[in-house]
Amino acid sequence: MDIQVYIALSLTLFTIGIVGVLVRRNAIIIFMCVELMLNAVNLLLVAFSKMHAASPAVKALPTYASDAQIFVFFIMVVAAAEVSVGLAIIVMMYRNIHSVDVNFLNRLKN
Amino acid sequence: MNAIILSAIWGVVMMLGGVFIKNKLVPKYLAVTGLVVIFVAHLNELISKKSLFSINVHNMIRIDNFNLTFIAIVLACTLIYFLLSASDIEKVGPHVSEYFALIFFVLCGISLAATFNTLLLLFIGIEIISIPLYILTGSDKRNLKSNEAALKYFLMGAFSTGIMLMGIAFIYGGTPNASFFIDNLQLGLGKMPVMIAIGLVFLLISLSFKVSAAPFHFWTPDVYDGAPTVFTSFMSTIVKVGGFFAFIRLFQNAFGLIHDQWQLLIVFITIATLLIGNITAVFQQSVKRMLAYSSIAQAGFMLLALFALNDKAKEGILLYAAAYSLATIGFFAILIKMEDYTIDGFNGLAKEQPMVAFAATVFLLSLTGVPLTAGFQSKFFMLMAAVENGKQFWIVIVAVLFAAISAYYYFRIIQAMYFKEATNVIFQSNKPSGFFKLILLMTMFLIIIIGIYPEIIIGWMYR
Repeated sequence: MDIQVYIALSLTLFTIGIVGVLVRRNAIIIFMCVELMLNAVNLLLVAFSKMHAASPAVKALPTYASDAQIFVFFIMVVAAAEVSVGLAIIVMMYRNIHSVDVNFLNRLKN
Repeated sequence: MNAIILSAIWGVVMMLGGVFIKNKLVPKYLAVTGLVVIFVAHLNELISKKSLFSINVHNMIRIDNFNLTFIAIVLACTLIYFLLSASDIEKVGPHVSEYFALIFFVLCGISLAATFNTLLLLFIGIEIISIPLYILTGSDKRNLKSNEAALKYFLMGAFSTGIMLMGIAFIYGGTPNASFFIDNLQLGLGKMPVMIAIGLVFLLISLSFKVSAAPFHFWTPDVYDGAPTVFTSFMSTIVKVGGFFAFIRLFQNAFGLIHDQWQLLIVFITIATLLIGNITAVFQQSVKRMLAYSSIAQAGFMLLALFALNDKAKEGILLYAAAYSLATIGFFAILIKMEDYTIDGFNGLAKEQPMVAFAATVFLLSLTGVPLTAGFQSKFFMLMAAVENGKQFWIVIVAVLFAAISAYYYFRIIQAMYFKEATNVIFQSNKPSGFFKLILLMTMFLIIIIGIYPEIIIGWMYR
């Protein structure tokens, strides 16, 4: 398939993620939207890796454009680390106010 | 190399030490010892140019005098931070050893973010900085403000990480030679390809988030206000200059050739940051929140280095890192010990603790940029860099005007300390000890010495 299709798909997913972060009020759903953003990037990186691998200049390289696919693993690992910390923070908040609604978070404003 | 590996190892040692050591006083000494060891090992690397570890990093890490000097500054500032505030870290909660461990991990992340040569290590370095900080922000578990700050910081941080990754993906797609190495992007002097341009804007947005430059600064006051004050001190100084260093290195090495194509964006961000930081700081009653806005304002000055991007700017960012970190850490160390965080809380400090009040005055004068202090030299180098750059001269005038505005809110505290009568108790439970005052005095002298001989920092760059 054309690279434009992949770019369009992953930008769509990314935009859904951004809109979700900005619009939704439930901390867990915001969190899921952030994960959606990261996974859109994963898709795009793999697609670009395939795109580069088809070009003759890259074929001569020892890495053969596979470094983007390795990058994806790093993103997955970091995302997992972020999940563990993030869910702990959300649980900590739930214990204190018995809600995960971010609208509760306005004590610091005044 | 030494700093990256040793601080990661020491973080693990501290973490495991927390399991076995039940005495609450031991972690402090363990942490200070570890940091001294790392600092000495790093100085050895800076002087002899040889690391204790010989690891083939495949050019993914680039070590030169510039970033070695910067890491040395970061380690020295952290050492002073430990000496001044370690006893306050003990008071945050029961897991003392873990707090120190997380700080060591952050130091590892900063060293990585200062030496990266590929976008992969930039991403990993920034994440190693951020993730421990989410935990430190929320470390006061029963306090709702701390919870709120942690959640806000976490959501904003993860969001900006997503944006940064999108930028990296687009830059990878845009380079013809399929590489993440920042000096290998093959950008010609002509117009940038569309994908590189999109990637650059995404990276600019996400790094502005991380260093809290306007218009992406809105999380900063809330997070800095809600976090335990000791950790605010760490976050707003050492971590912030670390982020800035990564920002400048990335844009210099990867996009330096096409500087004039994105310079206008930086002008806009700089002016907005200076405006919002300084103007909002004037209206704050809480000193902690005022310092949060002042850190945004100082970020505006540091952005001038990104605007100019020449040799003077490199010297300037080193000086600024040292001057800003030392002064803010010192001032925060005094603030942590106080009962009342409003400006009225400082009333009559000069009568009760003349030494502490004098040191605080020097710190505030340095933040304002009064001559003979390090703050003056750093601001001077930044402005000189912007002048030498030759374009958009008016930005220098704007920056000087905003520096004058900043004098108002810093001097308000000096006025409260010297010219007002104490209304209530200033230090209740933790009075400044003799050791604390000694370190405070040393920090003060360091600021004055850097203000007179800035060469003692800059000189390391040209060895």
